[in-house]
Amino acid sequence: MTRMNGSVLHEDLVAGVRDVIPLMLGIVPFALVAGIAAVDAGLTLAEAVGLSVIVFAGASQLAAIDLLGSNAPLAVVIGTAAVINLRMVMYSASIAPHFADYARRTRAALAYLLTDQAYALSVAEYERNDGRSRWHYYLGAAASLWVVWQIGTVVGVVVGAGVPDAWGLTFAVPLVFLALLVPAMKDRPTTAAGLAGGAVAVAAAGLPLNLGLLVGAVSGIVVGLLTEARE
Amino acid sequence: MTGISDLAGLSVLSALPGLVSSPRVWVAIVVIGIATYSFRLSFIHLFGRIDEVPERIRRPLKYVPPAVLAALVFPDLVTVRPGVVATLADERLIAGVAAGAVAWRTENVFATITVGMVVLWLFRFVVFA
Repeated sequence: MTRMNGSVLHEDLVAGVRDVIPLMLGIVPFALVAGIAAVDAGLTLAEAVGLSVIVFAGASQLAAIDLLGSNAPLAVVIGTAAVINLRMVMYSASIAPHFADYARRTRAALAYLLTDQAYALSVAEYERNDGRSRWHYYLGAAASLWVVWQIGTVVGVVVGAGVPDAWGLTFAVPLVFLALLVPAMKDRPTTAAGLAGGAVAVAAAGLPLNLGLLVGAVSGIVVGLLTEARE
Repeated sequence: MTGISDLAGLSVLSALPGLVSSPRVWVAIVVIGIATYSFRLSFIHLFGRIDEVPERIRRPLKYVPPAVLAALVFPDLVTVRPGVVATLADERLIAGVAAGAVAWRTENVFATITVGMVVLWLFRFVVFA
């Protein structure tokens, strides 16, 4: 059935690609913004692409670009990006049982492609359809995201260099985060975590070494835990 | 002699931001990359040795996304200024509130960006102009 029409692509790989297409509507602008923000902060094309390939995690890339552009100390740039990507540990834990039977090298490769979208899509599909080949479906979705992310970044770098500053295109960065934040505040503790994290970050915006983001994020996590404990 | 030409070359290059590849940037990229990959690999690698993710790790991780995202967003929308009006009459805050409403209703990234940018331009170039 899968080999019909001489196709060499596994059915479940194709299904992963097909299911991820609607998500690209959110990924494409996000990737463009990552490229635009990189040029804006003075990064070269090579650095922007290096960031997208080596880190491959949008929110942390944007935060790192912003901090590098404002000459924050290296430790703050790295610490902030690391805190943002801590959530990957949660995804890794959640998807791990599905990959447990694969060889170590396969798992190492699959881990590189782990993103919010690939994780959410795959885990939902595994629940719905137990017959899916885990790695084929995941690879179809995750590798598609990777390709679109890289192309989008390059296009963003090229386009971003030509747009006047007054348009404030980098304002799309907080808008992307806002679109991710709203669904992340799904119950009382997560909403409290978000409101506290944001408020503290605003109040701490004047802190030296651009520590506001880090302080805000940690405060938000603590408030989330406290709210949960009270319920 | 080479010193002089090097200096001249440097000054030309440094006048063009974005053309000088700095080691600082690459160090950041590589270290963040290693940290991020180790987060991704963590339990995918460990699974088989431990059966369940410890509750102590899982609980705080649940609050990382909302806390971090809000800490990223809010300072870009709000700047505390002397006076309530000065703080609230900010095109970024107005655009952010509009975009937040769209995000809440649609959960669509593209629609959120579009509405936010249009409202920003409307207030920047028309209303407050």
